[in-house]
Amino acid sequence: MNGVHDMGGMHGLGPIQYEKDEPVFHSRSDALAFALNMATRAARKWNIDAGRHEIELIPAADYLRLSYYEKWTARLEKLLVKTGMVTQDEIVNGRPSPDSNKSTPAVTADQVPRMLRTGALASRNIQIAQLFKIGQQVRARNINPTGHTRLPRYARGKLGEIHLHHGVYVFPDTNAHFLGEKPQHVYSVRFTARELWGSEASPRDAVYIDMWDDYLEPA
Amino acid sequence: MLADHHHDHQAVPSDPTLRVKALESLLVEKGLVDPAALDALIDTYEHKVGPRNGARVVARAWIDPAYKQRLLSDATAAIEELGYGGAQGEHMLALENTPQVHNVVVCTLCSCYPWSVLGLPPAWYKSAPYRSRAVIDPRGVLREFGLDLPEDVEVRVWDSTAELRYLVLPERPPGTENFTENQLAALVTRNAMVGVAKVRPPA
Repeated sequence: MNGVHDMGGMHGLGPIQYEKDEPVFHSRSDALAFALNMATRAARKWNIDAGRHEIELIPAADYLRLSYYEKWTARLEKLLVKTGMVTQDEIVNGRPSPDSNKSTPAVTADQVPRMLRTGALASRNIQIAQLFKIGQQVRARNINPTGHTRLPRYARGKLGEIHLHHGVYVFPDTNAHFLGEKPQHVYSVRFTARELWGSEASPRDAVYIDMWDDYLEPA
Repeated sequence: MLADHHHDHQAVPSDPTLRVKALESLLVEKGLVDPAALDALIDTYEHKVGPRNGARVVARAWIDPAYKQRLLSDATAAIEELGYGGAQGEHMLALENTPQVHNVVVCTLCSCYPWSVLGLPPAWYKSAPYRSRAVIDPRGVLREFGLDLPEDVEVRVWDSTAELRYLVLPERPPGTENFTENQLAALVTRNAMVGVAKVRPPA
């Protein structure tokens, strides 16, 4: 979706605010928002792409206004309701409905170290045709899907070159909508700064963007 | 734990602190979340997983050429050698800075960051100003961080749009020829491993 989250190349978003000796979490509620998201994600009711998309669905004005972890909280409320883990009434009331079943926590304290140490592989060890090769000239497709995509607007329609081949990975555009993993090859594609931003840009600089086969066409 | 509050309103609490605490108490009461697991998650990133991990990787690469080669050819495996990996470090790439090439990492679409070696991202990395400008004006962004690169240095910006996570291998500063691995690691900053700074020579 062409949302405000897709902000590469935008102007007017203010100066970079640098905080010296920044704490990992600025408040207990930030830490809680992080931990609640991580603990419930372990139930595997949604995947990382669906989680990212839910943040993109936050209305644009709210997206810019809310703090990072406020967005995480808002996203979690939506995901919990969409996946049936809680009801909207329960969110509003802040307590379980009388008919609510007690569940087993997705993850217990003793399982946390292994969960984090293991992570979740997005690569898939399957044989599938590789459509592009290193050094090949390619064009990022000019697509404007209304759902989730990881093809940033600033690269669409631009000419690039396959720089690295990463392997086969889950495709976010389908996975975010629970439409299957559609695994395909991912590459680092090099776009010169001048191709992206015009003749005023540095002649030496480049942006490297990770792209799936479905984002590319031969140039 | 939240004190008793009104249950008749139709909206979630507007106060962000109350809102997340209400969600916590709901999920704990429903048995969906173990409070001790929340503490373990928070403790991990407050005290165990952070940029000291990445600094060890960088220092090792500086003193051990064979390790550096492994890091540049298969970063995930090389980082695993030092005991780091897992969540948001499953698929790693190391980017070597040289006198000719300067790498800098961003996630324009959200906040992708190599947790296993750098911990959770700082606020500036997740902020709209950094995400929007790093790709269109990397030299200007670097200047704001105090790094003014000569025109003849090539700047490479890496936009983390997929599940690859990037660790910048900064240049080893002069004056550290006799430094031990631990002394070197102490010089390496998070910012240098994101690529918005160089590692400064010892004072």
